[in-house]
Amino acid sequence: MKIKGTQLFVKALKEEGVDTLFAYPGGMAIDIFDALYGETAFNVVLPRHEQGLVHAADGYARATGKTGVCLVTSGPGATNLVTGIATANFDSVPLVCFTGQVPTNLIGNDAFQEVDIVGICRSICKYAVTVRRREDLGRIIKEAFYIARTGKPGPVVVDFPKDIQLALGSDEYPEEVSMRSYKPSAGVHMGQLKKAAEMLAGAKRPLFLIGGGVNISRGGAALLSVLEKNKVPVITTIMGKGAIPTDHPLYIGNIGMHGNAASNTAVSECDLLFSVGTRFNDRITGKISEFAKNAKIVHVDIDAASISRNIVVDVPIVADAREALEKLAEILPPARHDPTEWIAGLKKLKEEKPIVQDGGGALTPKDVIDEINRRYRDVIVTTDVGQNQLWTTQFLELKGKSRLITSGGLGTMGYGLPAAIGAKLGCPDMPVVCVSGDGGVQMNIQELATAVCQEIPLTLCILNNSYLGNVRQWQEMFFGGKYACTCLRKRKSCGAWCSSPHTECPPYIPDFVRLAESYGLEGIRVTDRRDIAAAFDRAEKNTKAPTVIEFIIDRESNVLPIVPGGNALSEMVTEFKKEGK
Amino acid sequence: MDSTLKKRWISLYVENDVGVLAKISGLFSGKSYNLKSLTVGETEDPTVSRMTISLTGDDKTFEQIKKQLNRSVEVIKVLDFTDLPIHKKEILFIKIHSLKKDETEEIFRSAAVFGVKVTDYDKASVILESVNTESENDDILKYYKKYYLSRMEAVRGGSVAIESVSKSER
Repeated sequence: MKIKGTQLFVKALKEEGVDTLFAYPGGMAIDIFDALYGETAFNVVLPRHEQGLVHAADGYARATGKTGVCLVTSGPGATNLVTGIATANFDSVPLVCFTGQVPTNLIGNDAFQEVDIVGICRSICKYAVTVRRREDLGRIIKEAFYIARTGKPGPVVVDFPKDIQLALGSDEYPEEVSMRSYKPSAGVHMGQLKKAAEMLAGAKRPLFLIGGGVNISRGGAALLSVLEKNKVPVITTIMGKGAIPTDHPLYIGNIGMHGNAASNTAVSECDLLFSVGTRFNDRITGKISEFAKNAKIVHVDIDAASISRNIVVDVPIVADAREALEKLAEILPPARHDPTEWIAGLKKLKEEKPIVQDGGGALTPKDVIDEINRRYRDVIVTTDVGQNQLWTTQFLELKGKSRLITSGGLGTMGYGLPAAIGAKLGCPDMPVVCVSGDGGVQMNIQELATAVCQEIPLTLCILNNSYLGNVRQWQEMFFGGKYACTCLRKRKSCGAWCSSPHTECPPYIPDFVRLAESYGLEGIRVTDRRDIAAAFDRAEKNTKAPTVIEFIIDRESNVLPIVPGGNALSEMVTEFKKEGK
Repeated sequence: MDSTLKKRWISLYVENDVGVLAKISGLFSGKSYNLKSLTVGETEDPTVSRMTISLTGDDKTFEQIKKQLNRSVEVIKVLDFTDLPIHKKEILFIKIHSLKKDETEEIFRSAAVFGVKVTDYDKASVILESVNTESENDDILKYYKKYYLSRMEAVRGGSVAIESVSKSER
């Protein structure tokens, strides 16, 4: 039977098991939406901005492990996806993004709402392709889903011209994929893994460094079975956090720019660093020549290009993180040295030098995150980017099925709220909390409407310091306290550049409580730490709609400790006092 | 690893699809890799194109380039030609005009010496065609620039390379 391209599109989504489609209509996608009308096989979510759309699909994918699917129109619809595609690409999130396109005979004519989205996205996605012939449509969609979710996952862009949407053709959707140019690596090189296992068993001060790859591959359980055999302390990157429960006796903490003292010391003192699923990003390593100076390094990663790029390693293993850890659990010989003293030393350091935040009785971000820790065993927490994100990664405990969803690689402000919406749609039974800042939340605040229309509850925590806090902190610490364009209360009439908050600063805009109310939501402003629990109590009563809680925090709170960029991890700044403060 | 810069050769099998050339050249510019030349053309199989890429880089960067090429979805195979016996040639055209009679004669003589073909001429102009290695073409171009720079134009094709069948050393 001959069917239209749009009909094959709908059929393909069903065959791929898509249950949620994030979609925004427009001129070059209208035929696809027409084909979607009346469909009950999936929930078609209409956001308020395509950037919110793609971040929601990303949050959905990270929360569920499934592929997020986006559908937008050509031109601005497509370009509004760009930041979200780059975000997903950086953090290896499987997405398939369908973009409407002008008819093939108009491509190149500067037609209305025409852009070369494949060209624009080439360097920020895993694969991008324009469907040029109706007979290729089924194969291309099949390949798109396959490429997105296999190997190192990532976003795929399928540009779908209007004439192909309308053209009649085969109704067959292929069952198999065979691409000579794309063969994701499978299996583990057992020789290399045995060598690594021997080194792990023979090390005096072994250490696991766990990155986001372990979370993506759902490799946490495999890691736990390795730890049951041999006691090896574990540190994580921000993206690897939660791979094992944060209350696990072998968990030391996060390393890197804002990691804890014990983790950063552990990496400097270990004699074997067994790293899995990390890229050794500059925020993790600090000064490269000082990183894990005394250690042999094993590196497991699905992406051969990530191995020995930033850090030269002794044993490279190209493999899926979970598969490698499962095999490691099978073959790991008993440890030849008693690790008790090594572990005890790190635990002691963890207790002696914890990450603290003392507001002297005033409300701190830590108080808010502590409340999340107390309240939930299983929770999905999304963050925006900046101080709110860093505090969350420092203080959040992850137990049970809990997950942290954050834009780690690209660091995309505006990510938190839409990602929370996507996560809740994907995991309706899990409580979802978004920790955002007053700056980032405004980048996609319009998505409150999406959550309202989808009738989903989530708790949006806005940590309001009236600053773009992370940049302000850097200005305070490294730029002589000159607050250039980071104060969100500053108005033209404030006059001169100013460098500290005043009591007479203009009021903050928007009023987040009234903003929430304008969406028909409950908005709560908390200024006293004793009111935090009550605010969360009220939020939990709103079971069909989000709740906005604005926490007024100290305007100049800093994220500490910090390893200034380019310094060795041992050069942590743990205290900083502004002059006269 | 050797951190000194060295000339490298890659032969790349890619899907003969729209945008693949842009993808590969974009990879070089986006990641600040130093590309010397890139040629592309269809192979015996019209669905496959083959690129010959020359670049300068140290060992570490070159390893990374090969890995990045390999992970591109459109790339079928990456061959490192750097230390293999290969045949490689580049085409160079030189057009020289406003020539006096004795100059034309001189060009014919020099062309014979350099193994360059005079492929077209009229009373005051000649076109030279040189199919040689890149470095031989460098020398040839240098020679004609010395005398005719203001009256000439040159166009180079970039090298194409293929593994040798009988040579065991390069």
